[in-house]
Amino acid sequence: MLLKKNVMLSLVFAAVPLLHAGSSAIAAEGTAPVPATAPVSAPVPAPVPAPDPEMVRQRGQILALSCSGCHGPEGKSTSIMPSIYGKTTGYIESALIDFKSGARTSTVMGRHAKGYTAEDIHLIAEYFGNLAKKNN
Amino acid sequence: MSISRRDFNKLLLSGVAGSAFGLFGMSSNSFAAGGSKKHVVVVGGGFGGAATAKYLRKLDPSLAVTLIEPKLAYITCPFSNWVIGGLKKMSDITHNFTVLRTKYGVNVIADRVVSIDAAKGTVRLGGGKTIGYDRLVVAPGIDFKYDAIPGYSQKIAESKIPHAWQAGPQTLLLQRQLHAMKNGGTVVICPPDNPFRCPPGPYERASLIAHYLKKNKPKSKIIILDAKEKFSKQGLFTKGWERLYPGMISWHSSTGGGKVLGLSASAMTLETDLGSVKGDVINIIPAQKAGKLAFDAGLTNDKGWCPVNPSSFESTLHKGVHVVGDACVAGAMPKSGFAASSQGKVAAAAIINLLHGKEPAPPSLVNTCYSLIGPEYGISVAGVYQFAANGIVEIPGSGGLTPADASDDQLQQEALFAEGWYTNISRDIWG
Repeated sequence: MLLKKNVMLSLVFAAVPLLHAGSSAIAAEGTAPVPATAPVSAPVPAPVPAPDPEMVRQRGQILALSCSGCHGPEGKSTSIMPSIYGKTTGYIESALIDFKSGARTSTVMGRHAKGYTAEDIHLIAEYFGNLAKKNN
Repeated sequence: MSISRRDFNKLLLSGVAGSAFGLFGMSSNSFAAGGSKKHVVVVGGGFGGAATAKYLRKLDPSLAVTLIEPKLAYITCPFSNWVIGGLKKMSDITHNFTVLRTKYGVNVIADRVVSIDAAKGTVRLGGGKTIGYDRLVVAPGIDFKYDAIPGYSQKIAESKIPHAWQAGPQTLLLQRQLHAMKNGGTVVICPPDNPFRCPPGPYERASLIAHYLKKNKPKSKIIILDAKEKFSKQGLFTKGWERLYPGMISWHSSTGGGKVLGLSASAMTLETDLGSVKGDVINIIPAQKAGKLAFDAGLTNDKGWCPVNPSSFESTLHKGVHVVGDACVAGAMPKSGFAASSQGKVAAAAIINLLHGKEPAPPSLVNTCYSLIGPEYGISVAGVYQFAANGIVEIPGSGGLTPADASDDQLQQEALFAEGWYTNISRDIWG
């Protein structure tokens, strides 16, 4: 099962780790990384397909939209559920990593977080982190 | 006619006038031509339909979106058990479409779709109008197989033995019957076989009826005659019943006398393999199938549900028509309000790509359902889903139930989160 998932996601995320080197998805949209079509004369390293920034954006969006079911539209909660909106990318990412590992106790968040890869978690965190930045 | 005119004016005022000509034109072609806005029609204002309509506009404000729903407000099945148990009022679970209209610019038409012409790309309304679309989303919810239990019928459901599985007058009928019942009476609940809307729902209902009875009519009993051998969150419910309502609720599996062979509505008795069971209040939740419109439009398979492409929720039977929510076949996902809204968001994103000539992105789907056993005793089930070769599957290692050894503090927290969940998901869809 995991294998299938990785195969499928690799289509989208072959080079997503590139984004982790400090640049946000939004920044990536403006400054597209090295084009995949760049001529390669040396035999190594093998060309890594550039992430399609639009696909990365969409992936972050569809992952993050699930959160609003419990945490409110755009992560803005008006109930006992904690808001995600307004928290930084770093905070959300480390919270989700800790929920996933069990380092942070929870009722249901651990069960959710186990459904996401490190890349997924990064994109979710980035989506909400950028949402707050964009509106400020 | 007057409704249509009013909607037309609202449409103009809401800034989507560009779509208006196509809206009331006869075909989708007139829409697509001349740089007009793309038009998506959504049928059904519940969790799936309303979420799709809202997120279509939220994610792509260039789209014209029309939501067709005969009811002026939607009453949710989730939390209707809380109403039956006396913990919420009907007004708490009723949501109108004002915000979808005013804030999101969705053109909401209060009418019924009587037919769909998928070849021409049009829907016909009860009021006589024909509306063209570039993409159609159908979220018809469920319908009942009344004839699965001899002696039961829609007429009996509406007058004497409610299903209360579509919230509204049915919810209130069941509540009135419980209020009228004597102390020491018997409530019989008959949950259906799989698949059906809200798998833990019948057992949450038993719990919250027990809560009401314990407080008001403590000598009463609840008998569950189940069409199944096991049920959702069974261990958690059974433990909760023993702790909060000892001796009040008895559950019978299908082969343990639970299978209902027939009903005598006049005698208020149910026939089972182990003899006749008499109820003072009887709640039959019939076996289910996709809502009627799905059948009329030829969107159903031989099992009575709508097969869809899991990455876009586009029907595999009719191109350009998407089905979300309880009516669709969504692999490992349960038929729940949360699942429907998650599907609606995925469908919205996929439709936007398709309208721009792009492939839908791989979906990510979630379900989160809370059940209340008592006011301070909540449990939950969660699931994270993805698209695999064999359809929508749960991601291994994710999701699952409240742990069997959850502390009282955790159970109390989950009860609080259940209420928080409802507040936020309602706003996410209708607010």
